Amino acid sequence: MSVEDSGRQLATDATPVAEAGIAPSGSAISPRPMLAWATRVKELNILVALLILCAFLSLRSDVFLTQGNLFGVARAFSLTAIVAIGQTMVIITGGIDLSVGSVLALSGITTGLLLGEGWPLGPAMIAGILVGSATGLFNGLLITQVGLPPFIATLGTLSIGRGLVYVLTKGYPVTIPPEHQFLLKMGQGYVGSIPIPVIIMLIVTILGTLFLSQSTIGRYIYAVGGNEEAARLAGINVSLVKLLVYTLNSTLAALAGMILVARLVSAQPSAGLGFELPVIAAAIIGGTSLLGGEGTVLGAVLGAAIMGVLENGMVLLGVNTYAQQAVTGVVILLAVSLDMWQKRRRRRV
Amino acid sequence: METNNRPILEMQHIHKRFPGVHALNDVSITVYPGEVLALVGENGAGKSTLMKVLAGAVQPDEGTILIDGQPVAITNPRRAQELGIGIIYQELSLVNALSIGENIFLGDLPRHPRLPGKVDWPELWRRTSKVLEHVRLRIPPQTLVRDLSVAQKQMVEIARALARNVRVLILDEPTSALTLQETETLFNIIHDLRERGVAIIYISHRMEEVFTITQRVTVLRDGQLIGTLPTSEATEDRLISMMVGRDLSRLFSRAAEATGPVCLEVRGLRRAGVLNDISFHVRAGEIVGIAGLVGSGRTELVRSIFGADPIDGGEILLNGEKVTIRSPRDAVRLGIGLVPEDRKQQALFLRLAIRENISLPVLTRLGTPAFPSRAKERSLVADYIKSLRIRTPSMEQRVEALSGGNQQKVVIARWLATNPKVLILDEPTRGIDVGAKAEVHALIARLAEQGVAIIMVSSELPEILGMSHRVLVMRQGRIVANIPREEATEERIMAAATGQTEIAA
Repeated sequence: MSVEDSGRQLATDATPVAEAGIAPSGSAISPRPMLAWATRVKELNILVALLILCAFLSLRSDVFLTQGNLFGVARAFSLTAIVAIGQTMVIITGGIDLSVGSVLALSGITTGLLLGEGWPLGPAMIAGILVGSATGLFNGLLITQVGLPPFIATLGTLSIGRGLVYVLTKGYPVTIPPEHQFLLKMGQGYVGSIPIPVIIMLIVTILGTLFLSQSTIGRYIYAVGGNEEAARLAGINVSLVKLLVYTLNSTLAALAGMILVARLVSAQPSAGLGFELPVIAAAIIGGTSLLGGEGTVLGAVLGAAIMGVLENGMVLLGVNTYAQQAVTGVVILLAVSLDMWQKRRRRRV
Repeated sequence: METNNRPILEMQHIHKRFPGVHALNDVSITVYPGEVLALVGENGAGKSTLMKVLAGAVQPDEGTILIDGQPVAITNPRRAQELGIGIIYQELSLVNALSIGENIFLGDLPRHPRLPGKVDWPELWRRTSKVLEHVRLRIPPQTLVRDLSVAQKQMVEIARALARNVRVLILDEPTSALTLQETETLFNIIHDLRERGVAIIYISHRMEEVFTITQRVTVLRDGQLIGTLPTSEATEDRLISMMVGRDLSRLFSRAAEATGPVCLEVRGLRRAGVLNDISFHVRAGEIVGIAGLVGSGRTELVRSIFGADPIDGGEILLNGEKVTIRSPRDAVRLGIGLVPEDRKQQALFLRLAIRENISLPVLTRLGTPAFPSRAKERSLVADYIKSLRIRTPSMEQRVEALSGGNQQKVVIARWLATNPKVLILDEPTRGIDVGAKAEVHALIARLAEQGVAIIMVSSELPEILGMSHRVLVMRQGRIVANIPREEATEERIMAAATGQTEIAA
């Protein structure tokens, strides 16, 4: 998918240049498609790193390359990937959203409690997701209307959301009544041999890529992150773009919340505790710049995949559980350092 | 002139190659104590690289540098400082959160005689006051740099160089952000420095300045030394043809006389403390120049018309109809474009491609509004790259890699793509080289001939006089003169701008 998607760079169509401009003649433009392609496909690095990691693990472990294990890994990182896609868009605008873990728990609990009250499944899920969207809208309003820095605004929401979850549940998990087969399938079911969470992740990836790389609003997102003042002076409604991005991100976090509830057959008040860290890490490993203006959906998914595969590999190789976290930290630092080193080199040439 | 002295600095046969570019090709310059040497050339001619070599930021591949006749190796910026070389970049490098004194003596703060690790504050303020006198800055040394104007910050930078016993001072486009009076002060300081035997290398795009304060001029082009001559033997035409390698027969392209209907009219525009009862109109096809000192309200006026700054009162009419502009979005919808003063901060997305920079405001017009057509976008951008002669290998090139002139053309292309009725340009040729300047001027003139109403703010009087059909002069938030092309002279504009006489608008 990566190659096809980025293949649009190759299609430097030779549209005849109309002479309708202001001055006739001028220097010819010679696009170098291959070069442009190679330098612009930022995901290529991450893909190569992922493949090397996979090759290494398949040599060291007989289990790794089995279909069961691979799909298991994919199911494990699918939640991180789905939320990292939203987080990437937030980071591209120059912001950050720390509240995703709380949103994930809050929307799961909402759905769980409503089901316990006897609500039908559809409305209960929609309500859970809407709670997520509303939280995102709240974040966006704090940032655009009150003028809070995203870090502070979403730190507040993180705390409020988690607090609400504990108030609503008094700290006890909410069990899902067993008649809701559809919901349970969302977390545990398969289509063929592919776990349904993985399918959801793939759908979100495709839609997210189309949205971010092909739509007008996608372009506005990059513009706002690249230079907010210039975006405003170019006639873009910067506040609206930000509201949209935070709302979208929280909605995706709520979707992940639904999947998690379905997988565990219960809504846990501690679900998604600290979830913002792997999500942000996935976005960063995927080449998103914390300075804004740079990043892709595909990168975020590959970033989540690298972390998922790494975790799986360490389990398979019997690495000490405590050491695993440290290794993950080292990988994050290495990935970002490599990325920065490459960018600096590219700039110098 | 003390040119019979021994040179203080000689750079001989300097070569520097970057991948794909011979940035400096056998360049030699000589500087004598107490002289101002102008270094001129188009952007990309090698001026900056040459100065970076001198400042120790870039190592030459070949060549010798002599100071007082002794060969030296300037391996890093610290070494340059020790050798008495000071450089003041366009982007100032002061710490905003610290005081003037701390900035000047940063890294060398006087220590308390008894308490180790403690700064001797009284001593610091005393020394700072002394240095500030040399740059004629009469403000308390405790003042935070954050609270200074751009000109004052520049003086502090010069003071810092003086405090480090600078012998060769490099000034890179020092007046680009200064008002006329501030420029005057800077020239006085330069004069003082000369008398103290400091050698000054002065980089500027402004020819008047070169002729006013320099003794000799060195011209670079494409990394090569074209020549060095005494300023007294140079003429503007000669320098320009040396810089661009061809004769620019006319610097300014004048648009034909404008007789179109009134396109934009402003009535009684007010903003407390900034704009005071501003009324004027612009006809379709007319170029109205807005002159005035920095701080007279020119930029604030055009930003208010564009909806970028709020207004307290007044009306704007477009083609005779009253319109409401509360945000740049409203202005863009009505067909108004603004090429802002500071293109890097306010207009460009440096890390995005040329294509993305140009098409941004018209994305919704390319095919379906939510999903613009890539093919239409490419052909639109290709048209503008061609017609504006934006020099780039590809439309996918990031804008940060372009020269100032090409960057400015990208900003102009963005607005042309919207088919504006009114185009406002704030300092359209600031910091771009002579060749590109002429192209931008020609472009503005052609736009006017196609019927676009143009408002052009400029601090360069030759530009205002050469381009405008009519000149408005602003002072203290008011329009104090409205001068038709035939009657406009530098003297008359300056008189109005400084308030010596007022001509009824």
